[in-house]
Amino acid sequence: MKFTSVFDIIGPVMIGPSSSHTAGAARIGRVARDLFGRKPKWAKIHLYGSFAETFKGHGTDVAIVGGLLDFDTFDERIKTAFEHAKNEGLEFEMIPETANKEHPNTARIVMGDEMGEMSVEGISIGGGKIEISEVNGFKLRLTGGMPAILVVHDDRAGCIANVANCLAMHHVNIGHMEVSRIERGQTALMVIEVDQNIDERILQQISLIPNITKVSKINN
Amino acid sequence: MDVLFHNVRELVELAEKENKLISEIMIEQEMKMTGRTREEIFAQMDRNLIVMEQAVERGLNGVQSVSGLTGGDAVLLQNYIASGKSLSGDLLLDAVSKAVATNEVNAAMGTICATPTAGSAGVVPGTLFAVKNKLNPTREQMIRFLFTSGAFGFVVANNAFISGAAGGCQAEVGSAAGMAAAAIVEMAGGTPAQCSEAFAITLKNMLGLVCDPVAGLVEVPCVKRNAMGAANAMVAADMALAGITSRIPCDEVIGAMFRIGQTMHPSLKETARGGLAATPTGKALAAKIFGSAVEVD
Repeated sequence: MKFTSVFDIIGPVMIGPSSSHTAGAARIGRVARDLFGRKPKWAKIHLYGSFAETFKGHGTDVAIVGGLLDFDTFDERIKTAFEHAKNEGLEFEMIPETANKEHPNTARIVMGDEMGEMSVEGISIGGGKIEISEVNGFKLRLTGGMPAILVVHDDRAGCIANVANCLAMHHVNIGHMEVSRIERGQTALMVIEVDQNIDERILQQISLIPNITKVSKINN
Repeated sequence: MDVLFHNVRELVELAEKENKLISEIMIEQEMKMTGRTREEIFAQMDRNLIVMEQAVERGLNGVQSVSGLTGGDAVLLQNYIASGKSLSGDLLLDAVSKAVATNEVNAAMGTICATPTAGSAGVVPGTLFAVKNKLNPTREQMIRFLFTSGAFGFVVANNAFISGAAGGCQAEVGSAAGMAAAAIVEMAGGTPAQCSEAFAITLKNMLGLVCDPVAGLVEVPCVKRNAMGAANAMVAADMALAGITSRIPCDEVIGAMFRIGQTMHPSLKETARGGLAATPTGKALAAKIFGSAVEVD
């Protein structure tokens, strides 16, 4: 089931005018920032389908930028997010695309700073609810409604067990987990949805496990 | 963990079997799914209700959107009601004006609570704050109104869609109107089955409604679609309370809405390329607002 809570239907409390184009867009931006782990210095924001056609009228552009600045859906600063971006040193570019994506409301955010880059693709599925459909080229399905850990690792035996063991040691329960890879033996991505927010300390420990290249999280 | 109901039939059967209100089933499911207490869930819904109250109040004082396309109609209607000349009835028009008020605030990038979406956020609070004056509900009953609405919206969201981009306006304002109708019936003392009939009657009259916002803005025709969604909900609730039933069962109406939405042309699903958005005036407004011609197929 895509919708599990009554508050997916009666909610969110948000700045208008569109739950999918404004609130959902803000959430995609915010989850992207969460995954990146810090405020990016620059962002290229690719918009597809209805997002590309109507982003100006719906404030999709200010909402995504607001999300990248860590503003929530009801944060009044979304309206003036462009000014805040300027003040906080975030350069961005809006790129409406003509290509068709599977879902009409898709945004792809490529962001970075001097320390690294990341690409995150999100879809806004209605009523302000979103799914993250791709991270750094890896297909996945992440709702952002639960805390989650993303681990980029070399595709080697034992990697998954080591990460799971580390979580078990800290009594973190795994709700859902999936692993994807672009090519066998190359880089792979673990997506682990967990029941509670994750401490920085645990992320640190996971990042020290052999063959792990990057760890990021989404807190709820 | 499985939900307590997957469709309206199961929802109504469960309510009847356990002699409970629809709102109660929704609350119990939320407790089961999230592990949160009844008090926590009620408190969160109360906060949503406060946002709705504030939005209605703000809209009734008059707002204007950035584009200038919408704003001020809620005030016009309230003044008209006060003149004592209304033909369709003060309660109905009160619901309409409060729905309009909410959507005018939404269009002005104000704070609202999505029910189920922002573009359709007027219908549920509009009808709630209108029937409140007639039924004098307790605060708890007002909060329950939102849980009953939510229960029906939950079924639609999981079996069809609730966004205009996915299924047209029938999925947004259509769902919102059905949700409101069902909640009005419960607040007025109707049975769970009557809630389901009210939802079915409402949605039947919203089937096929396209999403064709002028300039892509959630303003024209969205504000007035919320107005008519509220009116539709009020009338359907009265019909259900009078004992009228839908020949097509509620879940099948939702199924029909889903299939209609799937076959609806993309130009009519929130892309601002068809319908009213593609009229000469719609295109001219878009060009005026964005300072250049917006391409429309």
